[in-house]
Amino acid sequence: MLKINNLHARVEDKEILKGINLEINAGEVHAIMGPNGSGKSTLAAVIAGKEEFEVTEGSVELDGENLEDDAPEERAHKGIFLSFQYPVEIPGVSVTNFMKTAINESRKAKGLEDMPANQMLKLIREKAELLEIDRKFLSRSLNEGFSGGEKKRNEIFQMAMLEPKLAILDETDSGLDIDALRIVANGVNKLKSKDNAVLVITHYQRLLDYIVPDFVHVLHNGKIVKSGGKELALELEEKGYDWLKQETVA
Amino acid sequence: MDLKEKLVSSFLAFENDMDVESPVHDIRSEAMKNFELKGFPSKKEEAWKYTSLNSLQKIDFSIFPKEISALEYKNVKKYFIHEIDTYKIVFVDGIYSSYLSETTHDGVDICLMSSALTKPMYKQVIDVYFNKVASKDETLTTLNTAFSKEGAFIYIPKNKMPKKPVEIIHFSTGNEASLMLQPRSLIVAEENSELQVIERHQSLTSNEVFTNSVTEIFAAKSAIIDYYKVQNDAASASLVDNTYISQKDHSHVKVHTFSFGGKLTRNNLNFYQNGEHIDSTMKGVTILGDKQHVDHHTLVHHIEPNCESHQDYKGIYGENSTGVFNGKIIVDKIAQKTNAFQQNNNILVSDKATINTKPQLEIFADDVKCSHGCTIGQLDEDALFYLQSRGIPKKEARALLMYAFANNVLESVKIPELKTRINKLIANKLGVRLGFDL
Repeated sequence: MLKINNLHARVEDKEILKGINLEINAGEVHAIMGPNGSGKSTLAAVIAGKEEFEVTEGSVELDGENLEDDAPEERAHKGIFLSFQYPVEIPGVSVTNFMKTAINESRKAKGLEDMPANQMLKLIREKAELLEIDRKFLSRSLNEGFSGGEKKRNEIFQMAMLEPKLAILDETDSGLDIDALRIVANGVNKLKSKDNAVLVITHYQRLLDYIVPDFVHVLHNGKIVKSGGKELALELEEKGYDWLKQETVA
Repeated sequence: MDLKEKLVSSFLAFENDMDVESPVHDIRSEAMKNFELKGFPSKKEEAWKYTSLNSLQKIDFSIFPKEISALEYKNVKKYFIHEIDTYKIVFVDGIYSSYLSETTHDGVDICLMSSALTKPMYKQVIDVYFNKVASKDETLTTLNTAFSKEGAFIYIPKNKMPKKPVEIIHFSTGNEASLMLQPRSLIVAEENSELQVIERHQSLTSNEVFTNSVTEIFAAKSAIIDYYKVQNDAASASLVDNTYISQKDHSHVKVHTFSFGGKLTRNNLNFYQNGEHIDSTMKGVTILGDKQHVDHHTLVHHIEPNCESHQDYKGIYGENSTGVFNGKIIVDKIAQKTNAFQQNNNILVSDKATINTKPQLEIFADDVKCSHGCTIGQLDEDALFYLQSRGIPKKEARALLMYAFANNVLESVKIPELKTRINKLIANKLGVRLGFDL
């Protein structure tokens, strides 16, 4: 589904990704772990098409199609979703209205009519229930005054609404208490199917107890330095990242 | 002949038609002397540094429109908040249109300045209030005072509240190649009364219009007034709006100014707090494009202790548009425990747009809370990326962010239909559908 070939990216003069290779197939859950500053969030943003980063070499392909020239919204229409580490606050636009806009813009891009209002409402209720989201929450301004947990739950709610092929969860566990973490992970697990894939980006192993990965990759200094099964996450938790740094230097 | 000379000579003809025995006549003559001495303000004056009236002075404006031109309601319906029932005071080329208006004398007076200035039954109100808060020194205000004859007159007695909001609309039809209008309005809300007013100036053609308007508003003890100015005029229309508000104890006055159109708009909004526990609120949304220019000059004079003032102005400037915000707050020595807040946030969406923003605080009391802040920025790139990543195209994402930026100023709009209308004007002005009903 997603194929990343020798991806190099930089912001201004600083090279952050230095040759990433990664292949994710439908039905798989991948985790990318790594110390701060290793390039994890940059990788997520580059896949989603953030213009601030310049791809200098290599490519990102979705279903065999190079995404190079696609704007972030076009990538979203093709099925890429990024759950943000720091979701943006939008006063005056309710969660419901925001989702209506997002869904209908995606439909428009596919040549479909707007989703009928009653159908939209039904969908919103269904997905809100999945994330244990209160009705009142849906009429609040998007992310404005939300707690850390509410923001992340709202991100996964949006993912549930948009039903992406590939969901990238960027540090979704940061700022979550254990109950919120369980709800969020539970939501992700229910949305998982043989047709979609999840890429979890995390510093800690904690989230991976709930969203169990098929593959774990360690990112260090802009490169994937080690890949393995879910046991690699436990090893990292135990030993920290220092041993890796030494290993790569050697 | 330039505009000043034309106005000075027109005043003689104007006087001929007026009752020279009336005390108002003395007020007019006095005002004319001041204008004759000072003329139009120039850019050399600090208060007019960023707004030039030079090009307007070169236009040969008609000072007195010829005859009434009739307007069909269906052709101008869209300029009214027609979804709800309102009282209406409507002028066409400066002349009262009884056909489009709906006035009342049922417990409250919602009618005409020309009646108030001439009829004996209003003499007492005129003696007490007319030209009492308007400046006798500011040159454009005195020019208006000199020619004061027609406009809206609203008198709300103690404990009364009109059944519905009042719309004041000034249409210009383009019957004259270029027309100068000088509406003069007086609004008095007595003790514990309540009033909602929507004011609009609307040119219906591309002919030049220059409006120099003065409105005096008096809020007595515990009165509540909500005043909405909708400025979405044609590209050939210029407006200088001089509004003077005098408040007594425990009164609340809110003025919302929505500036979306016109060639040149200058708002001189002046609050005088003549009592304690007063609340004065000014809110503004300005969205400009093309070569439009809007200049907000606000003044709050805290004269007595224990009062509050709140200012929140948001501006979005595109293309070659220019904006000015100058917020002056004076706190007299006696006015302890004053709370004065001022906020002006701006987004420039074009490299050629400019905004000049300046707080001007003169505080003579020592136990006060005053805060002011202004920001000028571009749209947040991270926020844009967030919306795009949800499938919202860049253009719509930008509009949504601008909408969100301007929107919170609307929370205090009390008339839902007006709020919806303003929301739609904002969406329209930003050039997109927002994908949901507002």
